[in-house]
Amino acid sequence: MNVDRITEKLNILADAAKYDVSCASSGSKRKNENKGLGNASNGICHSYTEDGRCVSLLKILLTNHCIYDCAYCVSRKSNDIKRAAFTVQEVVDLTINFYRRNYIEGLFLSSGIFKNADYTMERLVLVAKKLRTEHNFNGYIHLKSIPGASDELMREAGLYADRLSVNLEMPTEEGLKLLAPDKNRQDMIQPMGFLKNEIIQRTEEKKIFKKAPMFAPAGQSTQMIIGATPENDNQILQSANYFYKNFRLRRVYYSGYVPVLTDSRLPALNTAVPMVRENRLYQADWLMRFYGFTVNEIVNQNQPHLDLDIDPKLSWAIRNLHIFPLDINKADLQLILRVPGIGLQSAQKIVSARMFGKLGWDQLKKIGVAINRARYFIFCNSRDYERRDLTGTKIKQFILAESTSKYLKNSTTQLSIF
Amino acid sequence: MTTLIYDGTFEGLLTAVFEIYEHKLQHVRLKKGEWNTTALFENVMQVVTDEGRAVRVLKGLHKKLSAAGIQRLYIAHTGDMEGEENTLIGYIRYVFDSSQNIEEDYGNRYVMRVSEIVRSLRREKHRMEAFVRFQKLKDGVFYSAIEPDFNVLPLLVRHFKNRYADQKWIIYDIRRQYGIYYDLHDTQFISIDFNDNNQAVNTIASYTEDEGLYQHLWKNYFHSVNIPSRKNTKLHLRHIPRRYWKHLPEKF
Repeated sequence: MNVDRITEKLNILADAAKYDVSCASSGSKRKNENKGLGNASNGICHSYTEDGRCVSLLKILLTNHCIYDCAYCVSRKSNDIKRAAFTVQEVVDLTINFYRRNYIEGLFLSSGIFKNADYTMERLVLVAKKLRTEHNFNGYIHLKSIPGASDELMREAGLYADRLSVNLEMPTEEGLKLLAPDKNRQDMIQPMGFLKNEIIQRTEEKKIFKKAPMFAPAGQSTQMIIGATPENDNQILQSANYFYKNFRLRRVYYSGYVPVLTDSRLPALNTAVPMVRENRLYQADWLMRFYGFTVNEIVNQNQPHLDLDIDPKLSWAIRNLHIFPLDINKADLQLILRVPGIGLQSAQKIVSARMFGKLGWDQLKKIGVAINRARYFIFCNSRDYERRDLTGTKIKQFILAESTSKYLKNSTTQLSIF
Repeated sequence: MTTLIYDGTFEGLLTAVFEIYEHKLQHVRLKKGEWNTTALFENVMQVVTDEGRAVRVLKGLHKKLSAAGIQRLYIAHTGDMEGEENTLIGYIRYVFDSSQNIEEDYGNRYVMRVSEIVRSLRREKHRMEAFVRFQKLKDGVFYSAIEPDFNVLPLLVRHFKNRYADQKWIIYDIRRQYGIYYDLHDTQFISIDFNDNNQAVNTIASYTEDEGLYQHLWKNYFHSVNIPSRKNTKLHLRHIPRRYWKHLPEKF
C-alpha cells in the first residue's frame, strides 16, 4: 500500500464527507455471530473533534467526483478541488483495521454520483457485501441511498446495511430547485418510500420466521441544510414532522450551513454558521419525539420562528402559563415532562420516588431537576414556592439573568476582544 | 460508633451487614483494610468474611430487591470508590428496615447516592468502551492501556468479549496494575511486571509494521473531519477530558 497516496485519499474523502452530520451508530441490534468481528447495538462515540462533534463511524465518500452541480456542496462539478476515489478493497481494509483497534463503530459510506445512480449505488453495496460476507463483519454500516437507484439495489443494500439514508438537503422543494436545479425531490422521496415499505414488510416476516434476515435494522434517516435558503423554522419542523410521520424515519438531522463556496444564491463566505438555530431545532425535534409535543405547539403560522435566546420548551411554557403551576407530587407524567428544567430521566424518577413520600425542593434538586427554571412552574412539598403572579416576560427575564446560553456566552467573549 | 474493618470483597461487605444485625450495632463505619491494633480507644471490630453468612444476607436481599437492584449494588461496590462502603451499608440497612421494595425511593439519600454512584460508574465504563485504543503486537495480540477513574475493568469484559471475539486482546489498567486477557476462548485477569527490563524492551519493539500506518491514518482522518469554523473547545473538553488524552493516538 502506498502510504502517501492512501493518506491523501483519506484526507480528501473524509474532508468531503464531514458536512454530513449524521453520526449515529445506535438503533441496530446486530449480534456477533460465529465468533466473527464486531457487533452493533447501542452506539459509542469513540472520539470527538475540536468542534465538539462525535466521531463514531469512519465517515468517508467513495469518491468526490460528481456529475451534479449543487450550489451548497463542496464536491459540486464546477468546484475546482482535488478529486480522488477509493477502491472497494481500500475502504474494506480501512474499516476492518480501524475497527479492530477500537477506533470506530463501523462505516458510514457515501459518494459523489459518478456515471449514474445505479453504477454508484452498486459500488456502495459491494463494499458492504464484502465486509459482511468475506470478513464476517458485524459492526455498524450506514449507506447512503443514491436518489434514482433501482429498487433491486436498494433491497440488496438493506440486507447488508444497518441504516440507510437519503438526504433531502433542503427543507422545501423550492429551496432545492433554487440551489440544486438538476436534482428532483421526487427522486429522493421515491427510495425512501420503497425502503419504508420494505422495512415494514421484513419486520413482519421476522416476527414469524426468526431466521429471516435483518433488513436495515436501524431504519432510515435524512438531513436538511439549515440557513442556506430562506425557509423559516415552521417550514423546517413541519417538513421534519411530515417525514417522521409518513416515512417512519428514525432521525432527521439539521445541518447548519457552513459557507464553503461563493455563489450569489448562497450566504456570503464570512457568514457565521447558524449554530444556535441548529441547536434550537434539535431541541424542538426532541420535544416532538420524546416529550409528547405536537409540532404545532412548538411552531405554527403565528409563531414561525423558534426563540433564539430561550429553548423551545421554556418558550412554550411561557405561552401557556394557564397550565402552571403544577403540583409535582400529583401531576401526570405527561404534564411533568412539559415543565422547563425537567428532563426525561428526572420526570421518571419523580414519578417513581413520589410513591414513597412527598418530594421537596432538596430532593428534586438531587434527582436532577434544574430548579432555577422549574421553580416558576411547579410547587412541591414545601411552603416555599413562587407566590408572585409573574408575567411570562418577567419569568423569561429572571431565567435569562441567572443563566446564559452556552452559545450566546461564547459570542460575547469573542466580542470583548475588540 | 463502631468501626468495622473488612477485606474489600462483596462477600466481606455482606458479612459485615450480618455482623451489624447480629450484634445489634447502631452507629457503624465500614473501612477496607488490614487489621492492626493501634486503635486503642476506638471500638474496632474485624469482619472475617464468611461465605455462609454472606449468602444468607444475599438471600435476604433477593427477597426485597429485584435482580437488577442487586446487580446495581454489586456494581456500586466493584467501583471501589473511596468511603462509599458506608453508603452501601446504609442502603442495605434501609432495604431490610422497610417493608416494601425501596429501589426507586429517590427521595431517600442512600437510594439517591447509590443511583449516582452507579451512574458515574456506568459513565466511566462507557467512556472506556469508547477510549480503549488497541495496538497490534507482533504475536497478533491487540494491547491497550487504560487509566480509568474507578475500577471498571471487570465491567468491560462482556462488551469486549462480544465485540472482538476473533482476535486476542489485553486491556490493562495501569493505575490498578491488573488487566484482562482474552485468548479467543475465555478471559482471565492478569498482571504484567513492567519493571522487568527485558520485557519492556520487547513490548515496544513488538508492534506489527502496519501499526504505525493505521495510527497515522487515524490521526489524519481525525483532523480531516474537523470543521474549523464550528470550533467549540468547551464542548470538546467536556466530551474528552484531558486526563484521557495520553492513551488516545489522535490526541497525543
